[in-house]
Amino acid sequence: MLIKKPSDINPSEITPESVYRNRRQFIEDSGRVLLGAATVGALPSIASAQAGDGLKARAPTTMRRNPPAAWWADKFADIKPAPNSAPFYTGETLTPYEDVVSYNNFYEFGMNKGDPSSNSGNYKADPWSVEISGEVAKPGVYNLEDILKPHDLEERIYRLRCVEAWSMVIPWVGFPLADLIKRFEPTSKAKYIEFETLVDPETMPGVRSRFAIVDWPYREGLRMDEAMNPLTLMAVGVYGDYLPPQNGAPMRLIVPWKYGFKSIKAIVKINFRETMPDTTWVDLQAQEYGFYANVNPAVHHPRWRQDTERRLPQTLFSRSRIATQPFNGYGEQVASMYEGMDLSRYY
Amino acid sequence: MQMRKLIKPLVFILALLPLALLLLRILQNNLGPDPVQELSLETGEWTLRFLIIALAMTPLRRITNQVEFTRHRRMIGLYALFYATLHLIVWLMFVLEFRWFAIAEEILERPYITVGFSAYLILLALGITSPKFMVRKLGKNWKRLHKLVYLAAILGVLHLLWILRLDIAPAVFYGALVAFLLGYRAWFSLRGPHN
Repeated sequence: MLIKKPSDINPSEITPESVYRNRRQFIEDSGRVLLGAATVGALPSIASAQAGDGLKARAPTTMRRNPPAAWWADKFADIKPAPNSAPFYTGETLTPYEDVVSYNNFYEFGMNKGDPSSNSGNYKADPWSVEISGEVAKPGVYNLEDILKPHDLEERIYRLRCVEAWSMVIPWVGFPLADLIKRFEPTSKAKYIEFETLVDPETMPGVRSRFAIVDWPYREGLRMDEAMNPLTLMAVGVYGDYLPPQNGAPMRLIVPWKYGFKSIKAIVKINFRETMPDTTWVDLQAQEYGFYANVNPAVHHPRWRQDTERRLPQTLFSRSRIATQPFNGYGEQVASMYEGMDLSRYY
Repeated sequence: MQMRKLIKPLVFILALLPLALLLLRILQNNLGPDPVQELSLETGEWTLRFLIIALAMTPLRRITNQVEFTRHRRMIGLYALFYATLHLIVWLMFVLEFRWFAIAEEILERPYITVGFSAYLILLALGITSPKFMVRKLGKNWKRLHKLVYLAAILGVLHLLWILRLDIAPAVFYGALVAFLLGYRAWFSLRGPHN
């Protein structure tokens, strides 16, 4: 599936390497790969056979990342491959790794799709801690290592539908958000969960822009039943590899039946609350963005028709426009949560 | 004198460069994973740039006292229409893919498209009335009609502002240029006709 004939590889897929990594980091990385191969005393292809065996999709060897810290390597050594059936798997053609890591909306790094990959060279995903607060028995500030420790990682292949009417198919690595939530023992008052993204003006140039009309940090939220749904994933990897900064390193949410902006990146705070939280997009334009933001071909966004989507990557001469599915095709798993709700009102 | 004759073909060719570069990228398949989006952005931004360059010609002539600037104003304005037409074609062919039923809906229901399409109709009207015989035919009304280019530029910036999401820097940049060029004219006309 991932093996391409040389004639299938566009120049565009080869050249961007210098774009998403700055030169210094690239040299550093290749140095480490060589060093790693030397110490193991094996070729990289043999060394890589130890980790990620059986996964449905892996990042190209030349593009694999170094672990943010040593303990990550152990964590990623044993990932449960995706099953062969829906909903945690789809047989649709995967969006190539190169596109998944170079075409991103992550406004903290800039407003253009290529900005997050080219402007995140100084970003540090380690050390990392997450603040758990609000209606839980065990609030506190936790190291990421402690957050991840009890969870086994699994691969899941999901569709990702952006509100801008494009979509991708991406193999994530993560664990169910529900399992994480249970550990902090939410009280009976916990009806919603609120998430926050890191704000670091030093390493996130988009945050420094004087023309950003947003009140950082980026905030998103879920209703408790949505957060506990088995589909909702806390992702720490993509294509069997560590998340790159532009994809939300070190830890991000994936809510596959909602528009992509709900799947908040680089999470530093998780707050349990009784009332519906304000979210960044609703604060900004409540008439355009709703709290629920479920993928819905019947309700158009004021800026984008939602009845079809551009499945990426495309070329100008082979464009795949496909019909958008209600709940992004995950209706069987999630539609019951919204029974009786007028989805054209609660968009 | 010889040099002067070269300027016109030079401007003509320079203005085709953005298109040539885009065609090259299309042929090399080098427009990224979402080429439709990339083509829309590029053709739209070049429309706005040519519109602003056209609007800058009169002030430049005033400041430098070089008539040369306004001699190419019409051609540059027509290039704005040219890139706007490409922008429209990209939208019809690749975004809507000729789903004609959707066009009216899009123009009426998406404010940024309403605004962009209005700007296009203005540019089209100005393009149609740009030949010399039309200038003669319309007389005084020609000048009145062509003042609509100011509105087209404002609508163009609004169109851009409306598609931007968390950061409006590009709209601020082009908006400031348009504001400066229109402000310059307003200031001159308020000062009275002694120039």
